[in-house]
Amino acid sequence: MLTAQLPEFNVDRDEDRCIQCRVCERQCSFDVYGYDVQNNVMIHKEENCVACQRCAVLCPTNALVIKENAYTYKQNANWTREAISDLKKQSETGGVLLTGMGCDKPHKIYWDHILINASQVTNPSIDPLREPMELRTHLGRKPDSLEVKDGKLSFPDYPKVELSTPIMFGAMSYGAISYNSFKSLAQAAHEYGTLFNTGEGGWPKELRKYGSNTIVQCASGRFGIDLEYFNDAAMVEIKIGQGAKPGIGGHLPGEKVSEHISLTRMIPEGSDAISPAPHHDIYSIEDLQMLIHALKEATDYQKPISVKISAVHNSPAIASGMVRAGADIIVVDGLRGGTGAAPKILRDNVGIPIELALAAIDTRLRDEGIRNWASLVVSGGIRNAGDIFKAIALGADAVYVGTPALIALGCTVCQKCYTGKCAWGITTQDPYLTKRVNTEIGTQALVNLLRAWSLELKELLGCGGINSIESVRGNRLQLRGIGLESWEMETLGIRGAGQ
Amino acid sequence: MNTAQAKKANPRKGLSPRQWIKIDASGMYYKDLNRQIRGLAEQGARKFDLQNVYGQRYIGTNLWATERDKIRIRVHGTPGSDMGAFMDGPEIEVYGNAQDATGNTMNCGKIVIHGSAGDVLGYGMRGGEIYIRGNVGYRVGIHMKEYDDKIPTIVVGGTVQDFFGEYMAGGRIIVLNKFFEGNPPVRQSYFIGTGMHGGNIYFRGDVNIEQIGAEVNVIEPTDAEWKIIERYVHNYCKAFDLGERKVKLLKREKFWRLYPKSTRPYGMLYAY
Ligand code: SF4
Ligand code: SF4
Repeated sequence: MLTAQLPEFNVDRDEDRCIQCRVCERQCSFDVYGYDVQNNVMIHKEENCVACQRCAVLCPTNALVIKENAYTYKQNANWTREAISDLKKQSETGGVLLTGMGCDKPHKIYWDHILINASQVTNPSIDPLREPMELRTHLGRKPDSLEVKDGKLSFPDYPKVELSTPIMFGAMSYGAISYNSFKSLAQAAHEYGTLFNTGEGGWPKELRKYGSNTIVQCASGRFGIDLEYFNDAAMVEIKIGQGAKPGIGGHLPGEKVSEHISLTRMIPEGSDAISPAPHHDIYSIEDLQMLIHALKEATDYQKPISVKISAVHNSPAIASGMVRAGADIIVVDGLRGGTGAAPKILRDNVGIPIELALAAIDTRLRDEGIRNWASLVVSGGIRNAGDIFKAIALGADAVYVGTPALIALGCTVCQKCYTGKCAWGITTQDPYLTKRVNTEIGTQALVNLLRAWSLELKELLGCGGINSIESVRGNRLQLRGIGLESWEMETLGIRGAGQ
Repeated sequence: MNTAQAKKANPRKGLSPRQWIKIDASGMYYKDLNRQIRGLAEQGARKFDLQNVYGQRYIGTNLWATERDKIRIRVHGTPGSDMGAFMDGPEIEVYGNAQDATGNTMNCGKIVIHGSAGDVLGYGMRGGEIYIRGNVGYRVGIHMKEYDDKIPTIVVGGTVQDFFGEYMAGGRIIVLNKFFEGNPPVRQSYFIGTGMHGGNIYFRGDVNIEQIGAEVNVIEPTDAEWKIIERYVHNYCKAFDLGERKVKLLKREKFWRLYPKSTRPYGMLYAY
């Protein structure tokens, strides 16, 4: 189609280095490259380039540099190139703009305005290489009080799950991501002793052997659900919302519903998999309570039930309702949470940052005296172990990571997941591309990530003279703010640096 | 091995599968009632006659650890919401009305209701059959789906309300509008089949175009479909002892088939 767009990126090929091996042509799934046989040169359709960097990384002679297009419209703080191109796309098609991954707008990243404490003189720091450090985390309801009966400790035993580290892989469905990516997540969670989340696209039978490391979702589309699905898992999650697209449902286009996906989701091949915006059996907290307890009945009260919402303006009140409705774990996904496909207008404008939502929810549940009734898991914008430490000190029990896991598998955050053409073989179902994720290498990369971050968490604990992550939970005295307004520090419940 | 598999491997036997076991549910908390049924089923019982049921939820839900496809439950009184939620095999017969979310995300089995039922019946239903002698409430059959030979079916004897069959992705619902002739429904339903992208609704009596969603077409049922309708109307009449009404109900010219215009209703919504 004739388009009035400038290419977003330029392909800069060093003709002296290029040996016309055509690797770039084979690797590019966005049809950028071609080969001119007569002249023995590579040709480009730059307007198709998404800067996923697959070609540049694989070019054997380093002949390729993918650059941001130097040609630009006249500089304008208001009418940026993105704003102009988006508008042009829409005037050409009359459609909603889709995107992938989390919000990329420069909303304030609070993690970067929070600093962590360390021990000096008055309490000794601990060397994690020599002394034991505890990262083990239990998710689920905790008792209100402990009793000693006949010399023995007695307390109600609520269903719970144990993690070797407070890091889990967030919900990414088979369908949104490829089978090999999905399997790598399952295997890595199993190997490291944590959990991965199937998302709402069902759970292939042959992966059920990793059940004790699996969270299954019950979302509004109710795909692939039966009683075995719940009972084979370690935990069941009711998905209400997702940070990238609060308040709307999902839509896996028919062309992604292959034979195996159709079997896993239990829907016909090639038909759209549409998840309605709300669960139509949940229009209130009372209705949520009904579904939570239906799932408890369905799992004979053996599994913790979690409820996931996106971080929105009145999350604290909603979270309180969720806990009172019987959720054992509440999950809150922030503004920067990722997605396989979402309308751009929602991703970039709806919801609030996870840091603020997390602190506000933790405060609210403490004030109401019900914080122990449920664990709090947060996601959406976690980039490193520092973010995780800060999240836990703000009150989280554990975190979900999605984008970091995909980056470990090869993703370069090009945001084109919604096209189904991921050149790294992650968010695609094209068998030519999915082969690019090797499950053994992928599993190892994910295990490495968990290991590296866990080691760093121990370093952070040690420098503060703390030997257990439990002592950091909700311990906001470990944190100080920098470059924050007073209302922001009040919401975060922290003092300023130097105070 | 998880609990489900463990229980399957070591079923405790002892009770007769043929004997109807009476349980007086008066004043019982739903959790205790369902636990009791499950416990008895684990000991080999298969037939349960529940008396004085009064709002207890989730009847039939938690029977996965047993030979669930042989279990039969009779409910006297009014069961609570989510009866048969996620149910996988049992047959439940209710001698009275049912509340909301009956057969929620049900997988297989059968539910027969001798009265009327509330809202959200059969939400996300994936298999099995539900027969309702009377009317149903709002949002019935939302996002039902089918796969392979699992085609969930709902037969409503009376009338339906708004958002009926919304987002429907598979399965079939037959609405008999039994009281249609001479006794019109209290109010007409709207938004029928909004967002529908699979499955079929067979509607007895006229539907006006303003009652149905933009994604829905209306035509006459084919011969093969008429056979299906006949079969289910027969089952309906048999379930409620309405043999004499069958001939009257089965007038082919009165039935309309509502089906989705496309399996991809929202394909054209997005820019490139
Ligand atoms: S991969 Fe590199 S060397 Fe091979 S054709 Fe492309 S640019 Fe040339
Ligand atoms: S998953 Fe693939 S398509 Fe999505 S951002 Fe990463 S590299 Fe791009």
